[in-house]
Amino acid sequence: MTLLVADGVTKTFAGITALDNIELDVGPQEIVGLIGPNGAGKTTFFNCLLGILKPDGGRVTFEGRDLARVAPYKRARLGIARTFQRVELFSGMTPRDHFLVAERVRNGRGALWKDVLFMGGPSADENERVGAMLELLDLVPVADRPIESLSLGVGRLVEIGRALMTEPKLVLLDEPSSGLDRHETEQLAGQLRTVQNERGFAILLVEHDVEFVRSLVERVFVLDFGTLIASGPTDEVFADSAVRKAYLGDIV
Amino acid sequence: MEKLLGALIDGVAFGCVYALLAVGLTLAYKTSGVFNIAFGVQAFASGAIYYQLHVNDGWGILPAFIISVIIVAPLIGAILDRFLFRHLRSAPSMARLITALGLLVAIPQIVLLKFNQTEATRPTGIVPGGDVPYHIFGATLSRDQLSIMVCAVIVAVGLVLVFRYTALGIRMRAVVESPRMAELAGTDADRIGTAAWMLSSLVAGLAGVLLPTVTSQVGDIYYTTLLTAAIAATVLGSLTSIPLAFFGAIGLGVVQELLNRYLPTNSVLASNLRPSLPFVVLFLVLILSPRLRNKRELTDPLSSVDPPPPAPAAGQRSRELTIGTRVAGVLFGLGIGYYVFFHGNASVVGQGIQVVIYSIIFCSIVVITGIAGEVSFAQATFAGIGGFASAQLSSSAGMSVIFTIIIGGLIAAAVGAMLAIPALRLGGIFLTLATYAFALFFDNVIVSLSWVSGGLFPVVAPRPQLGSIDFASDRSFLVLCLVFLVIVGVIVMQVRSGTTGRYLSAVRGSEVAAASVGISPTRARITAFALSAGIAGVGGALLASYEGHANKIDYNATLGLFWVVIVVTLGSRTVEGAIQAALGFVLFSARVLPDWIPWIINHVQPFLHVDSLPNAVQFIFFGFGALTYAKHQEGILEANKVKSLAWVQGKIDRFKSGGRTKPGAAAVDTPGAAP
Repeated sequence: MTLLVADGVTKTFAGITALDNIELDVGPQEIVGLIGPNGAGKTTFFNCLLGILKPDGGRVTFEGRDLARVAPYKRARLGIARTFQRVELFSGMTPRDHFLVAERVRNGRGALWKDVLFMGGPSADENERVGAMLELLDLVPVADRPIESLSLGVGRLVEIGRALMTEPKLVLLDEPSSGLDRHETEQLAGQLRTVQNERGFAILLVEHDVEFVRSLVERVFVLDFGTLIASGPTDEVFADSAVRKAYLGDIV
Repeated sequence: MEKLLGALIDGVAFGCVYALLAVGLTLAYKTSGVFNIAFGVQAFASGAIYYQLHVNDGWGILPAFIISVIIVAPLIGAILDRFLFRHLRSAPSMARLITALGLLVAIPQIVLLKFNQTEATRPTGIVPGGDVPYHIFGATLSRDQLSIMVCAVIVAVGLVLVFRYTALGIRMRAVVESPRMAELAGTDADRIGTAAWMLSSLVAGLAGVLLPTVTSQVGDIYYTTLLTAAIAATVLGSLTSIPLAFFGAIGLGVVQELLNRYLPTNSVLASNLRPSLPFVVLFLVLILSPRLRNKRELTDPLSSVDPPPPAPAAGQRSRELTIGTRVAGVLFGLGIGYYVFFHGNASVVGQGIQVVIYSIIFCSIVVITGIAGEVSFAQATFAGIGGFASAQLSSSAGMSVIFTIIIGGLIAAAVGAMLAIPALRLGGIFLTLATYAFALFFDNVIVSLSWVSGGLFPVVAPRPQLGSIDFASDRSFLVLCLVFLVIVGVIVMQVRSGTTGRYLSAVRGSEVAAASVGISPTRARITAFALSAGIAGVGGALLASYEGHANKIDYNATLGLFWVVIVVTLGSRTVEGAIQAALGFVLFSARVLPDWIPWIINHVQPFLHVDSLPNAVQFIFFGFGALTYAKHQEGILEANKVKSLAWVQGKIDRFKSGGRTKPGAAAVDTPGAAP
């Protein structure tokens, strides 16, 4: 069964159609890309998936369940995790704290009365799971440094780790390569592939870096001016002339 | 019809009073990024100078006006900019609000050192013969009222033109958004900032000399009350639109006048609604205005160039040092406790009790500000709710006092949660304003109801009894209060390091990211508010029981502002900080000002004898203390603790390594390293 289905999602802003009848689906453990030039409506679509914007038409279902009335924070508990284009980290906390917070939300063991009765600290199995994630993402050396002192690339990894701690079935990555140089981007792609192999979750990758998308994605959707202009296996789509024109310009 | 028209005209005239303040406040926010709640007291300073020169010293209108409005008011603005707000341009908006709060506490007391406001009655406006009445459509407007209307319109129109058509207006807005960006684009941010402050202070000064003709006395409290209504109008304009603020203020004046005319004078609704209208309107505007929902505060695009905040003191010391400081702290506490309990006279024991009770109340500020990162101006009100509820239940319903103290806390917690629910979508400054509206509403309306405070005679609050133990004596009550403090302190520490604290600090760090892992920011905030209000309620109930009455003066909203100032200045992150703030709060007025400072002064110099210093000095001292918040958001004591611990750690490291490493190097190079 497909995991995430967007069925005819439409969104208008003051008469301008930002998204026109978008159809998109992501299967379990699949890596799907969503590309398009700046202003194509990628971020708008992303926000519709996450419930930050309400679509004017169409619907989004996750495992067959309509998401229209599910609050953004509850989507995380259903198994949808995300990262942010402009990193959003918990300032003043360490990477370890980030993972602990996400782990505590996932297992639902936190409660005010438990804090008061000296039961608020991390348990042995929580520490173990957090430690495993730190190791998986090579974050052990910086695990206890304040997040502000770490570079953007490390911040991206912490975001991905925090998303994965919720044991998602689907991770939405919002332009993970923005602000990173070529070397850092390749490194990130490598790490994502390893982690995805090990944990087996689906990824919807929103990107404009074509190389990055090609290196990761099996299937791709192309958005331009709010409409879907192509979709299918990555190689076929990139061979399509309309895509090349919209995306890469006429010269290529 | 005639009656209605008359009411409308009177309403517009009164609305112009609000409009002058609302436009000035909007101007200040737009051009300096500071929500200047000290705007009213700035106006008060000019109003007081004008009254002193014109009425007391017999100066003419023009020279008095020039000195108080044209010279002093912009000068105050320039000084505030040069010494305070210039250094805060890239600071978080909360830091700037706290700084303004410090000024709100300090400025009136400075003015009052030289100005007797109780005798400042029958003020005059800026036009000769201000009482001369004019009859317009059944309404009677005095010359003073007309002068206010004319000034309000001129100021509003003038400012709109400045912002729309001049380069200065655009530059001022650019500097607020990002001073560094504006400088990169070739604007002198410092000069523009100073100009902005002088301009908004000029409007404050103008309002200051015009408004007393409406209130018939020059007093800081009138300015503050008028400012509340103006804040409501300002919020209608989302703090940034001058026309919306102007018309909002006029509308508020009209509504108020219509209620005055058409509600029956003796009805319960009229006698309660009339005085509370500004607060009710402010609260309703805050929770209903769609423009404020999810409005995120401006952040400087270049803010990432700032260094990360300092790590807490606990992260910087080695294990030996931690144990050492803990042992020293416990011994010191025990020593003080031993002295107070066995050797202290009645007044020392009384002060000891107060320190303990205020420590409990201040722990509530640690929860809401130190952990959740929100600023609440209603903590005194929550303490009051606990105090009144406990006193009423024990004296009228005859319940056991220990029990009613806890019930008082629970009722306060419930009220706190209920306050948080409508205000949930608000964050930061708007949430703070909602708590302020609630505190003022409680102060002006609820507190005078006899089922709350007992009306004219405060409710008796007996001392608790537990089985055969009677806590009627101060010494035994001190022990009981200490037990409560230990329980509350442990709860606060556990909450901070437990799940609730982690979730709250995640929400504080990034609300969207917290929601993305499944934390409900709404629920986290309600929890913080309820817990904080509950703690304040327990403290308030103990305070009532200590004094024998639930006195409304102890839970005054202005006092609540001062509590925030003092806790935030000394350290709002830790329970220790709360205790230190309580020590400062109680001892400063009881010991330092009357005894210690005069003693020092009299021993240092031989020629001048000082008996005691006025209590107002306390407000000035801590008011200015709040100005350190911008630099040390962890509190000045915590900041110095970090410094001195790093120094001691450096010495220890040098001693251990035989003097080879540089002092302090080990401690400073690894901020926040794992303990």
